[in-house]
Amino acid sequence: MRELAWLIPVFPLLAFGLIVAFGQRLPGRGAYVAIAGIVLAALISIGIFVEGLGGAGAHELNVRWVPYGQAALDLGLRVDHLTTVMLLVVTVVGSAIFVYSVGYMHDDPRYSRFFAYLSLFAASMLLLVLANNLLFLYAGWELVGLCSYLLIGFYFEKPSAARAAMKAFVTTRVGDFFMFLGILLIFFALGTFRFEEIFAKVHAGALQGVTVGGLPLLTVAAVLLFGGAIGKSAQVPLHTWLPDAMEGPTPVSALIHAATMVAAGVYMVARTYPLFFGSPGHEALTVVAWIGAITALMAATIAVVQDDIKRVLAYSTISQLGYMMLGLGMLGYAAGIFHLMTHAFFKALLFLGAGSVIHAMHTNDIKAMGGLARVMPATYWTFLIGTLALAGVPPFAGFWSKDEILLEAFHHHRGLYAIGLAAAFLTAFYMFRVIFYTFTGTTRSPHAHPHESPAVMTRPLWVLAAFSAGIGLVGAPFFGNPFHDYLHFEGIEAPAFDVRLAALKVVVVGAGIAAAAAVYHWRVVSAGALRRAAGPLVTLVANKYYFDEFYAVAVVRPTLAVGRALRTFDVYVIDLIVNLFGFAGLGLARLYRVFDLYVVDGVVNLLGWIARTAGGVLRYVQTGRAQNYLLAIALGVIVLLAAGLFR
Amino acid sequence: MTLGLTHFLVLSTLLFCLGLFAMLTRRNAVAILMGVELMLNAANINLVAFNKYVAPGALNGQVFALVVITLAACEAGVGLALVMSAYRNLETVHVDEINVMKW
Repeated sequence: MRELAWLIPVFPLLAFGLIVAFGQRLPGRGAYVAIAGIVLAALISIGIFVEGLGGAGAHELNVRWVPYGQAALDLGLRVDHLTTVMLLVVTVVGSAIFVYSVGYMHDDPRYSRFFAYLSLFAASMLLLVLANNLLFLYAGWELVGLCSYLLIGFYFEKPSAARAAMKAFVTTRVGDFFMFLGILLIFFALGTFRFEEIFAKVHAGALQGVTVGGLPLLTVAAVLLFGGAIGKSAQVPLHTWLPDAMEGPTPVSALIHAATMVAAGVYMVARTYPLFFGSPGHEALTVVAWIGAITALMAATIAVVQDDIKRVLAYSTISQLGYMMLGLGMLGYAAGIFHLMTHAFFKALLFLGAGSVIHAMHTNDIKAMGGLARVMPATYWTFLIGTLALAGVPPFAGFWSKDEILLEAFHHHRGLYAIGLAAAFLTAFYMFRVIFYTFTGTTRSPHAHPHESPAVMTRPLWVLAAFSAGIGLVGAPFFGNPFHDYLHFEGIEAPAFDVRLAALKVVVVGAGIAAAAAVYHWRVVSAGALRRAAGPLVTLVANKYYFDEFYAVAVVRPTLAVGRALRTFDVYVIDLIVNLFGFAGLGLARLYRVFDLYVVDGVVNLLGWIARTAGGVLRYVQTGRAQNYLLAIALGVIVLLAAGLFR
Repeated sequence: MTLGLTHFLVLSTLLFCLGLFAMLTRRNAVAILMGVELMLNAANINLVAFNKYVAPGALNGQVFALVVITLAACEAGVGLALVMSAYRNLETVHVDEINVMKW
């Protein structure tokens, strides 16, 4: 089965090519082709995963691409346990979302193109996951960035969508720049891009004591790589693009900006974990943990004051990605990936549920909704399952993964543990705020006629809900935590499950839910009073900590100013020089023209005139009368004779 | 006065000049052919005379003269055929009027 791994990205890529070439003429206007592509990929992925469960080790397929001195650029795939988990997540969640999109996008004029983009994304993401070297991973990384750009700007007639697409692309590019530096640093230090060789060399201590700019090279390289993850996984301070990315269609938000692409940063950190782990004193991991924790808490606070259902989920995604980073940073290799997996399922579910709600209400504003539980029971129940999973209520998926992360944090750094716990409280609070605003009470927009979404949309919801409810059990300590055994990182001992910590977490989450219920359901305290009481804090959070404004002042405006200054320089200096050269050339050309006219042409004409005149004179000799020629011959003979006689 | 080589040579020179003159001045192609005959015969006189006075034992000169006479006959035949053809096609035997080759 693993020998077929290369087929996994090929199927969606094939679907992409077919839809681009034939589009509307394909069955289901291209949708069925796209679904076939991703489902085939999913089947192979499941096969490979099952094989992995059976104990199959890592499998590599490597093709030498460009020999380059002693090094070489390779094209290759690597299938190991980490890969199988990611493949499973991407293809299974992807399949559900592809099917859902059939219903969600059905009256969109660019329906086929949507599926083409989705397929291209799936292919790129699978390539990223399967890559066996940094360069190949980087290629997939940039390709998913491109797909993200295309899909955020899918409704490009809307200026806000076009701007959001641009913002996402440029912001992630900042992180990618650092990542590329990191890749180059590793390449120049170790002379290879292949993970296997890099890890072997790092493990053998090849970079021990090597420094760059006074810092250990391994730490610098790992942190630079992490820069890419900061951009892609929307960590502070490059998180601002993700909420704006919600301008894209909801299935896109679910697939790309919740379940898979944004998790690529987390995956990349896990993929290159030996580098982070090997950095002296785990410095790089400390950076990862702190960035993750800050992100988790900050995004959670912002989510509390958002009224756009998709934006709440977007900030929640940022927060959960921060959680994953926190887990990885706290030596919770398996915990981080576990949370990535569970999050992919329940966040995709939540986004698709939100899409179902938006589909019914034609608005994103949760304050305009209300009472939808009665009209949309399927959406409500699945959304509730997703919410419970995200909040971390046992036994739903999020509980187990989050608990593991907090457990790791508790054992390594109490401060970070406290931050994580606070974020967990806020998560429960803002998610139930959404539930109460959206599904309970009575509708607040009298003209809306909400209805349950068609089966093609609700069935994927149920599938994802089943996963969200159950998948956490693979990491449950009662079953011996099989996920940990499956995804074991050498050199890390996972701390034992602690019932007291789990109980504390449940209490915190319960408090969050209760607080949300008190404010938004029973209305013990009115939300307005709460807002007034918090005063400037709410203003700060509602303005998203002024990150966008700060960037506008600190980055965008200076960049524009520099751009304008450079333009002025261009117009008045560069253009002046260019024009001067132009004028000089013109003057010289005039001079040459005169020379040409009177000297070169004169000589040419003179030659012509000489030839013509000579011809004109000599043609009289050519009489055409044989007798004349004969006379000339006779005279010639006489002359010769005379010359001979009188010599 | 005995007849010597010089007399023959003078005669042949005169004959040659007459032939040349005829060739250069006559317009009629037949006359030109006749001029050619005169010139050939002048050469023949030379050949025979040299044979007789310079190398009386040899026969080369006389044989050569016979060859020339044969050639002259051929030449006259071909020449007259050309003249006939020209007359039939162009209705003239005046060489200055036969100028289709001069374009």
